[in-house]
Amino acid sequence: MTERIELAQNAAGRSVPTMVNGRPQIPFLGVAQYQPRGRKAAPPICSSKDYPENGDKRVANLETALRNCGLRNGMVISNHHHLRDGDQVALMALEAAAKLGVKDLMWFPSASFPSQKAAIELMQSGVIHHIEGSMNGPLGDYCTQGKMRGVGVLRSHGGRWQAIQDGEVHVDVAVIAAPTADAFGNADGSHGKSACGSLGFALADSTYADHVIVVTDNLVPFPCIPWQIQGNNVDYVVEVDSIGDPAKIVSGTTQITRSPDRLRIAEFVARFLREAGIMRNGFSFQAGAGGIALAFVDYLRRMMKEDGVKARFVRGGSTKFLVELLQEGLTDYILDGQTFDLDGVKSIGSDPRHLATSPFTSYNYHGKGNFASLVDAVVLGATEVDVHFNANVVTHSDGRLLHGIGGWQNCLAAGCTILAVPSFRDRIPVIIDQVTTLTGPGELIDVVVTERGIAINPRRQDLLDAVKGSSLPIRPIQDIKAEVERICGGKPARPKLGDRPVAVVKWVDGTVLDTIWQLS
Amino acid sequence: MNDTELKTARAAEAGHYGKDVRSDLHVSIEPRDSGGLEITLESRVGLYYGSSILSQTRQVCGSLGVKHARISIHDEGALPLVISARIETAVKRAGLGSGQKALPEKVALPEPTPRDRLRRSRLYLPGSEPKYFINAGLHGPDAIILDLEDSVHHAEKDAARILVRNTLRAVDFGSCERMVRINQLPLGLQDLAEVIPEAPDLVLIPKVETPEQVAEVDRTIGELKARDGIDRPIWLMPILESALGIENAFAIGTVTPNIAALTIGLEDYTADVGVVKTSEGRESQYARTRLVNAAKAVGIQAIDSVFSDVGDMEGLRHWGENSRALGFEGMGCIHPSQIPVIHEAFAPSQIEIEKALKIVAAFEEAQKRRLGVVSLGSKMIDPPVVERARKLVARAKAMGRA
Repeated sequence: MTERIELAQNAAGRSVPTMVNGRPQIPFLGVAQYQPRGRKAAPPICSSKDYPENGDKRVANLETALRNCGLRNGMVISNHHHLRDGDQVALMALEAAAKLGVKDLMWFPSASFPSQKAAIELMQSGVIHHIEGSMNGPLGDYCTQGKMRGVGVLRSHGGRWQAIQDGEVHVDVAVIAAPTADAFGNADGSHGKSACGSLGFALADSTYADHVIVVTDNLVPFPCIPWQIQGNNVDYVVEVDSIGDPAKIVSGTTQITRSPDRLRIAEFVARFLREAGIMRNGFSFQAGAGGIALAFVDYLRRMMKEDGVKARFVRGGSTKFLVELLQEGLTDYILDGQTFDLDGVKSIGSDPRHLATSPFTSYNYHGKGNFASLVDAVVLGATEVDVHFNANVVTHSDGRLLHGIGGWQNCLAAGCTILAVPSFRDRIPVIIDQVTTLTGPGELIDVVVTERGIAINPRRQDLLDAVKGSSLPIRPIQDIKAEVERICGGKPARPKLGDRPVAVVKWVDGTVLDTIWQLS
Repeated sequence: MNDTELKTARAAEAGHYGKDVRSDLHVSIEPRDSGGLEITLESRVGLYYGSSILSQTRQVCGSLGVKHARISIHDEGALPLVISARIETAVKRAGLGSGQKALPEKVALPEPTPRDRLRRSRLYLPGSEPKYFINAGLHGPDAIILDLEDSVHHAEKDAARILVRNTLRAVDFGSCERMVRINQLPLGLQDLAEVIPEAPDLVLIPKVETPEQVAEVDRTIGELKARDGIDRPIWLMPILESALGIENAFAIGTVTPNIAALTIGLEDYTADVGVVKTSEGRESQYARTRLVNAAKAVGIQAIDSVFSDVGDMEGLRHWGENSRALGFEGMGCIHPSQIPVIHEAFAPSQIEIEKALKIVAAFEEAQKRRLGVVSLGSKMIDPPVVERARKLVARAKAMGRA
């Protein structure tokens, strides 16, 4: 790299590049400080005269579809992760682009998965210039080793919508994997042999991209009901034998952790919600599909029954455990972002109280509000938390990319944000002096629950008061940290990070929150 | 490292590593007669604790008197007390290590435990599985047992002994009573020599059949305590695991006032008697009631065996309630999820507590009025009933229920 990198210190004290992939950036200004101006981006106006009157938009294969869309060097091509590690469409699309001889694409997935590691070869052969989207496993290592040509950009689910809508990322061609579709391009995720639940991650692309291609392995006669993706936005439909590996799209059964330490954390979280008075009639919560989160839902469910409490809505990622809440009448609705297991898929396809949502309704910060801030409590994970409650989810403590941001940043808007984490993993303490990569500002993180005790952010005097006198082990965060350091034999040494940015972490408003540095 | 040692020194190894191993490490050592220490380290946490592991290795070798050796370590995120234990084991297996023990930093000893303390649950921890140690106390059993016997392979007895010694010394188990299950004698004598200096609260003696076996353990512990100036009690809990052991229960219980409880091991007992162990436990009804009776005759606690199906919480609850009804005061557990169920099962019911509180109040009233006879309503209360009520109230208070 010969280019000179200008760095600036943002409001969180982090050093961030002022230019990323040729675009000027705004360093993070603080929570709710940046005021966006201007108007939203828009796709070109199209005319029905250019589309078949009989509604049949099928073409023979992806190559044809991409050629017809005018794919050429340097364009942005997008995919979505609703098929998770089972997805085959993204690589199909990128390989079709390679066959067309196109180079220097920016690949814009809503998230990448280990099964897509062949994208590395496409970067080496020049088909892909760089990736803006979560990277982990082999793709993450490729990026942090500084082998990618551009700079990676990590965005939350809401931030991805914001970036498309605000015109930061212009999608030239969106390729959407559809478990069910009709020839007009209406598409649905909750039916078909590759059913995954919601197609919400693809919704922004379908409305803002210049061109939209739907790829399906379950073509039905018009109309495809429900149409989560509207055919009116779709240019071409491609039929293939298989869009993904069903075994890796959803898990057959979701398992609760059996680790006694993790169960203890889950029980603490549920008891905290009960004792702080957050678990009350008409409340709402969100928890992911990790082992602790699932166990938490199970404990909370028992407590809701004991206390005769009902939720108004729960937010998915849905699993069998949320579906059971719905079926037992313990919640009126599931507002689902993605669907993790077969019970979830079955429910979203058959129960009208189980709704597919999109990052627009749930998470987009540049809208007229979003659902995330209406949720009373959210239970999240983290790789590191510091004594000021700042948290990291994107990198290992050594600076290697580990996770995408997902909806994590967006969820911080909830009334009570709880990080449920073990106090150390192997020998590595989770509570440290300063996080390796800032992903969430401490002012939005209210409670850290570990197996050794519960730390409440001193900014939340209301929560501290609410659990005063409780038998829960409420402790200062420094206290837990000191105990763990004693167990682990002192503070861990800090990894030496390089000085060349290989990726940036965006905040929900599009400003740059932190930098991922090249590892030596 | 003296000359005699060097002549017999050999390459050796200790500990475990691999993808599925957590919180442990593998150490291999090749003694040599010159060249100092040459240490290679591969560690899952190398970036954070690599230099700490290297300096710890040098320090442990230094105090064990190992000056010249090639040492190779594969670490899977082991805590310092485990690192010391594995290195010491490898050194000893190599025929070295005549220097001072390399003991980890000591946590403050908890208060000594009374003979009749609450012993509803005791959580078994395999003595060779370090990953379970550090958080065991958090789950709130009344006691933890660091096991050197059945859960440890015979080839790993030496390693477990050192690991358990370090654990007693360096792990804070909170308010749990710290128990160790030693091996049968004579192997158990080596266990005692290693662990007694770290003052466990109680020693479980397995497969006891005769009073003499307990007497030997008691004598050995007494000698070790005197040598090291330990003046706090170290209680004994003989485990009766055979028909003969059950027959001798009373005699065993009276060997020494250091015995706090008798317990039973049903896997071995049912095998000895030749019956199938069931979750109802009818086949061991006689042995268990016999043991309870013997313990009560001595004036010590009777503690039940374990319930081995960790998935069956209803079965466990039923077993525990039945066990309490027979007169047992607690039982073993093999998974932390069993603890709350056991505590619930061994707790007196609210009705029992209320009745006992009334009896105690009537007794106190009678004392105040200097009456020889205690009565509640129209009923006269006998002294043993008062005594039982007082014990029940005390226990209920200890459990936070009265």
